[in-house]
Amino acid sequence: METAQAATTTERAAPPPAPSRFDRDLLLRTVVIAVGILAVLIVLPQILSLYYIDAMTQVAIYSVVALGLGVLVGRVGLVSLGQAAVLAIGAWVAARLLFATGLPYEVVLLAAGVITMLLGTLVGLPALRMRGLYLALITLMLAGAITVVLASINFPNGGRGFSGYNGSQVHIPAIRRPGIAQTDPAYFRYAVVVGVVMFLLVLLHVRGRPGRAWAAIRQSEPAALAAGINTTLYKLWAFALASFVTGVAGGVLAGADKYLYSIDFKTQDSITLLAVVLMGGAYSMWGAIVAGLLMQLLPAILNDIGLSPDWLTILFGIGVLQVLTTAPTGIVDQLPKDIARLGRKIGGLGRRAPAREEAAP
Amino acid sequence: MIEVTGLTVRFGGVTSLDGMNVTFESGTCGLIGPNGAGKTTFFNVLSGFVRPAGGKVQAFGENLLSMAHFRRARWGLRRTFQTEQAIDLLSVYDNVAMVHEHSKLSGASRREDVMGAISIVGLDSVAYTRVATLGSGQRRRVEVARAIVGKPRLVLLDEPAAGLPDEETAHLGEIIRSIPDHTGAMVILVDHDMSLVSGCCTRTAVLDFGKLIASGPTAEVLRDERVVRAYLGTEEVT
Repeated sequence: METAQAATTTERAAPPPAPSRFDRDLLLRTVVIAVGILAVLIVLPQILSLYYIDAMTQVAIYSVVALGLGVLVGRVGLVSLGQAAVLAIGAWVAARLLFATGLPYEVVLLAAGVITMLLGTLVGLPALRMRGLYLALITLMLAGAITVVLASINFPNGGRGFSGYNGSQVHIPAIRRPGIAQTDPAYFRYAVVVGVVMFLLVLLHVRGRPGRAWAAIRQSEPAALAAGINTTLYKLWAFALASFVTGVAGGVLAGADKYLYSIDFKTQDSITLLAVVLMGGAYSMWGAIVAGLLMQLLPAILNDIGLSPDWLTILFGIGVLQVLTTAPTGIVDQLPKDIARLGRKIGGLGRRAPAREEAAP
Repeated sequence: MIEVTGLTVRFGGVTSLDGMNVTFESGTCGLIGPNGAGKTTFFNVLSGFVRPAGGKVQAFGENLLSMAHFRRARWGLRRTFQTEQAIDLLSVYDNVAMVHEHSKLSGASRREDVMGAISIVGLDSVAYTRVATLGSGQRRRVEVARAIVGKPRLVLLDEPAAGLPDEETAHLGEIIRSIPDHTGAMVILVDHDMSLVSGCCTRTAVLDFGKLIASGPTAEVLRDERVVRAYLGTEEVT
């Protein structure tokens, strides 16, 4: 088919060849990333204390949550302030299934993802009619409503009935973990592997047809419609995908925490999530990892050195302000540029005169 | 053939189209009129962005207004926008290929069709470049390519020459004149550049205050006294 193609275009100026999908750069990047993941899986549990291994498990979980929100905010331009509540739904469903059934953990994760996806897509319905501030407000109210419902039915703790909650229980059983990941370091590895699978799932979407449709919708819904793209479908698709990965993350969270309390799922967390996603970089998948680190590792470090993590709210506020005014693409994009600029500055100190010319581009 | 009967659009108290009746036969037709006459509103009704208060549009025997907007695009109704809407994040190729996302064509013939449209607008050399890096004239042509790819039936061009320098406009005129030959589609062109309109369109319709005030062969319409009074103005100053 390539030859037939070439024959028809010979009279015209030859177009540059289409960038091939599997070029050397891509292969190199894949290898580097794979080695990085292996290093995280093998080295981190060896060198970190249990306290920080737990923190890193949370980072893995919240990176996936940030990834889902990043799809909505960065790819489609839909601001949701309800993702912490979506996470709570995933955790609830997983906990309920883990107490009620003997299903393998992976099946429970999948079920938590699918059920959360169905509920999360309902949350997305208002998004078909509104954007920006109003969508943010609606999703925030929904998150508040879910928090209230969860507070009244409580998280399952091994009781009977639909809610699976027994308030008079003296000895509360822990939520079970997968057989291969009983210990904290093993569970950390498990969480990372699940996280990697979720990142690959989102990568497939972003690189494929939905990703192109989302790019069109984000910049110009009229243009997308005029090209025959069903914008309703693709917006719901984004909510479905974000809810699915967040639901799975909720399932991992259930096993990580072992005991779930509704008080741990605050409506405010959804706002913090949006803040860290913007700071990390909503347009890049790496930004989701930075967001996870900001949201979970930073408080752990502050706790460790005896400072209250509540101070982070102020830091995040300043961070978001800085991102919105000077670096809309977030830390993942800005940090390498800043380092390069710093490098040029330092290199320029020796030779003063040409420094200005180099800084120009 | 596009038959429009009694088309009425109201925005609150403002009547934008006031029982518009017009027929576009075939080939490339112009649609002109002063600002606010309802030209873009007419395009928005055809492409489904505005729901009319009344009236009918028959396009090639099909009741256009009963289709969802994205389905109209898949049926073969394409348009460009007054403020150009090429997607920055995507390459020229992906911008054009967007239209084929839902077609049943095989990968190879899709590619051929997309490259064909890109080459009609003369963007071969930047086919895999991100649109964000292109200039305004090239971006306009990306939009035109997106409107003519994949066998369209009706192409609506909304002020494609707005803000372009003269030589770019001339190039665009050549492209627009070639659309019916390349695609077999009917074209309706809205523009304020009368040399572009008279160079491209065999027939032209004139809107004023949401009503058709003249239609016919372009040269005659441009001499029509009512058209001159409502829109073109007289050049002689006495």
